[in-house]
Parts: sequence; C-alpha cells; structure tokens
Amino acid sequence: MRLLLAYSLRNLRTRKITTALTAGGMALVLFVFAAVLMLDSGLKQTLVSTGEDANAIFVRRSAEVEIQSMVDRRQAGIIESQPEVLLGSDGAPVVSKEVVVLIALPRQGSGQTSNIVTRGVGAAVLTLRPKIHIAKGRMFRPGSNEIMIGGALVGRFTGLQEGSTLRFAQRDWQVVGQFDAGGSGFDSEIWGDNAQFMQAFRRDAYSSVVVRLASRAGFNSIKARLESDRRLTVEAKREGVFYEEQSRLMSGFIQILGVTLSVLFSVGAVIGATITMYAAVASRKREIGALRALGFRRSSILVAFLAEAMLLGMVGWVVGLSLASLMMLVKVTTLNWASLSELAFRFVLTPGIVLQSLCFAIVMGFLGGFLPALRASRMKIVDALRAN
Amino acid sequence: MSILPRTGAASGADVLIALRHVSKSYRRGGQIIPVVSDITFDIRRAEFLALMGPSGSGKSTLLNLIAGIDTPDGGSITMGGADITRLPEAELADWRAANVGFIFQFYNLMPVLTALENVELPLTLTRLGRRDRRERALLALDLVGLSDRVRHFPSELSGGQQQRVAIARAIVTDPTVLVADEPTGDLDRQSAEDVLAIMQRLNREMGKTIVMVTHDRRAAEHARSIMQLEKGELSQRVELPHD
Repeated sequence: MRLLLAYSLRNLRTRKITTALTAGGMALVLFVFAAVLMLDSGLKQTLVSTGEDANAIFVRRSAEVEIQSMVDRRQAGIIESQPEVLLGSDGAPVVSKEVVVLIALPRQGSGQTSNIVTRGVGAAVLTLRPKIHIAKGRMFRPGSNEIMIGGALVGRFTGLQEGSTLRFAQRDWQVVGQFDAGGSGFDSEIWGDNAQFMQAFRRDAYSSVVVRLASRAGFNSIKARLESDRRLTVEAKREGVFYEEQSRLMSGFIQILGVTLSVLFSVGAVIGATITMYAAVASRKREIGALRALGFRRSSILVAFLAEAMLLGMVGWVVGLSLASLMMLVKVTTLNWASLSELAFRFVLTPGIVLQSLCFAIVMGFLGGFLPALRASRMKIVDALRAN
Repeated sequence: MSILPRTGAASGADVLIALRHVSKSYRRGGQIIPVVSDITFDIRRAEFLALMGPSGSGKSTLLNLIAGIDTPDGGSITMGGADITRLPEAELADWRAANVGFIFQFYNLMPVLTALENVELPLTLTRLGRRDRRERALLALDLVGLSDRVRHFPSELSGGQQQRVAIARAIVTDPTVLVADEPTGDLDRQSAEDVLAIMQRLNREMGKTIVMVTHDRRAAEHARSIMQLEKGELSQRVELPHD
C-alpha cells in the first residue's frame, strides 16, 4: 500500500500545474473556513477569559449585560457580607462593586466615534482579577479623578494614552496608568474609582457586584441563598459563564455565516477536484489496466485514486491553513453586540481548528475523488490496456 | 517440424493450462462479432508457445482469456485443476497476482516509479516484508541485466531497457505462466533480440511457461511451438526444433 500511495503522491507532483490550481481552489476554501473559526475562537477566548471562575458576579435578575443591570447599595452590602466571600489580608471582603457606563470617544484617524466601556471599580479589583496587572504608570487613587486605560485602547482613540487628560461626564479625567488584561475584554475598557464614576454619571446604583469566593464550591450555596432572599432582586453567575454567554450571539452568527460560506465555496472546489481527478483517470487508463492485470483489486485502485484526491485536499489544507495562520497577526475590533461597546481581539488558531480544517480538506478530497476513483476501479482491464 | 492435431489437446500430467471449447464474441453496433470460436487446446508446463495470426484473428483475445483479464462467453480454462472462468472478480485478481506475469507491447510501467519500484510493485500484493521485496526486485533486475539502472525512472530508459524492466516485473513473483502481448512490437531489432533472448533463457534455464502473442515470424521462432489462429479458430500448431 505504501508503494501505491507513493504512486498517487508522485502523480500529483508530476502534474504540478493542475495540482497547484486544484489545491489552490481548495486552499481558498480552507482559508475562509479556518479564518472564520479562528475569528470565532478569538472572540470566545477574549470574552471567556474576561471572567474568572473563582469570582461570582451579581447582576439584576434577567439582565444579560451589566449596562442593563442595577444593584442598589443596600443589596450590594448584603452580597459582600456573605460567608462564602473571601476576606483579604486586611480582613475586608474581596469585592468590587462596579458601575458600567458607555461613553463615545473619537477614533484615531477616522474621527468617528465608538462606544467604550467605562468601569468604576472597587479598590480590591486587582486582587479580584489577578490576571490583570499595571503595564505602565500606576493604579488610580481612590476618591480622585484618575483613570486607567486598557492596553487595547492605546493608539485607537484620539488622545488616549498615559499622561493625557480625557473629558467625559462633565469632568476632566487624568490617565495615570495603563493595564494589561491579557487580551481579555477588559483590555478595551477605561477603569476608575467607582464612587467617583457614580457621582459623575449621576448613578445611585451599581451595575454589578463581583466577589472573590473563598472556595469555588461556595458558589452554589451563595447563589442559592441570595437568589431566594426576598430582599434581593439579583442573579448570581460564575464570572466566566457570564462573559461566555455574551459571546454566544456573535459566535453563533459568525459560525453560521462562516460555515455556510465555506460549504458554498467548497462545492466549487469539489467540482474542481472532480474534474482534475477525471482527467487524471483518463490520462492513466493504461496504468490502471496494468495495475489491475498485475493483480491489484478494484478496491485497491479505488483507494489509490481516493488517496490521491485526499492528498490533493491535504495540499490545499497546508496552504490554506498557513495563510489563515498569518491572520493571527491581525487585530480585529468589532462591536460587542451584547454590551454595544467596542471590543478588540485577535484571530486564534487552536488545535481543534487545525483538526477541523484537516477533516474538511479530506472530506472535500474524498467527495471530489469519489466518482473518478469509482470509474477507475470499474474499468474493464482489456479496455483500459487498449487506451491510447 | 511436427504438426499437431487441430484441437491441440495434449494428454498427460504435464498439462499446465487446459482450454476447452472456449469462445468469445463482442457486441458492436447491435451486431455480435465472434472473436474466438470453440477453441480447445493445452499448454504444457515449461512450454514457450507463440500465438500467431493476422490482425483480428483473436490471438490477443485468447491471450487475455488465458491470463484471466477477460472472461469467455463459453467453455472453460483450467490451471492446476481450477477453472478460472468461474472465479469471482476479486479472487481472479488474487489468482493473477499469484500465477500470471505480464509483458505488454508498450511496457506499461508506472512512469512515476523507479525501475526498482516498478519491479517491486507486484510484490506488495504478497506477504513479503519490505527488505525481502527489495532483494527480490534487485535480483530480478539483475537477471535482465539492469542492476545499474535501478534508480532510473522509465522516461530515463530506452525502449529495450523499459521492456526488460517489465520482464523483471513479470518474473519477480515467480508466476506459473508468463504472458507476453507483442513484447517486441515497439522495439528495434537489437532490443527485440535481447528481449527474446531473455525470454528464451527464462523458458529453457528456469522452466518458465510462456505464452507470447506476436505477428513477427522471427520473434515466434524463439518459441518452442507456434500456434496459428485464423478468424478465431485454431488452424495449426507447430513444434519447433531447438537444440
């Protein structure tokens, strides 16, 4: 079988131009397929990594995003006093009572405005979210008009950098630091002191309350207790799940659009492979006849030509995936449909995408090669040997 | 020179292949054209038989039937007591792999495989390991005088050399019978002589049974016997004297 596979592979190499053109068609389809999955994966990774599983987030019941939610000070006080909440070294609960408001800022270059999330956070926010660290400058001082910006905003909005002053909510805000949230959704946010933000935005309720749990297992009990507490109108979610849910709408849309496009394009690529393989069978009739005469069964011929077509698909896969992997260098900004704010993320290639695109390539090769391979295997030996 | 009976049926235990009342016809444009009609004859073990006859006499069709790459409409072809006309497709392929070595007019080598790989190809249908296959393929190429061309592709070889590779491929599995369809038809005189000399050596020194179709009288004279076909019927069988 090894020699028969070598025969198939070398035949592809011999017909360089035809192979390149057919595999090129397949490569384009696989590029689109892999790129769409990478886009989806990047979006998911950004939003999912925004949440920490050891954190619980409390929002108003049935609010899907923080900008729809309100948790008043009294309810926030009850939440932070629960026994499942981790206490810091100072004995205070590790909690961030957060207020989330969208502001519009002009984009660099085009001047068009985009929505940005501003998040008023508690002093314990960096203990609560240990993956986030200050990359430049320093943390804002509580009770001041100081803010920090996420790394993904730098260079995308006019005048948004460490040391600059930003005007929103009728106040001037001093940018004193830049934080790195590891490519998560927080990287596209502006953070400041929650009390200052509430005052400036004239809010009297928080958007959410995020607590660090003393143990992950404590989530179920705090959720059960607080959701059944008649004084409260909140819903508890693990922070990771909360942000993952935000990605579902966009992720679903990207997947449906991407897979539909890929499947439509693949019809063309499969037809191309079929034509190529029919031509290959027609030009090698005598070889097929000789192989059959030597004792190779019909099934061996079928497998050899199917293998050739699938190898063609794999050549397309290598090229398509290589091109798609270059997309990892591209940073994408889009509107988060859930929060209506701008979100920056990258294309992410995962082992799953490598495997999925390989399967897609092999299936395209198989479909393209099946009828020609069947024809090759069904040829009458005598007729095949007589072919010119 | 002795002329055998028209049926050509031999008696005794040295019969390798027995054809009995074999007939074959083709359908062309609604018409049935008989190509081989009620042929009965035997091929003895270690025989070198040349099938001759004008174009359309049915000699190639007869060869294809003996080799198991075509099936007759009627009659039987037995080898070692087994009727190959009754074998199902897959078993017939296995039978060919084990019993028949082919030498074609246009060599029919795989152009993308080297001489060594071409010769090794039929051995992939056996249970031999890779090293044994290589050794046997090298031995077969040595036998046809091409041990210095093992890494060459068919396009890098002359017609005569290609046909010698094809002979090596045909004998590498040590088949029961070699069938050759106009093996010298595409060769110059010298190359043809070389190829025929190898075939003669295979028959005389190694006892290989060979059935060769040719229209070339000089090629046929290398055989031990010549069978003449006319209009799908056996006209005469001649034993040739050889020292």
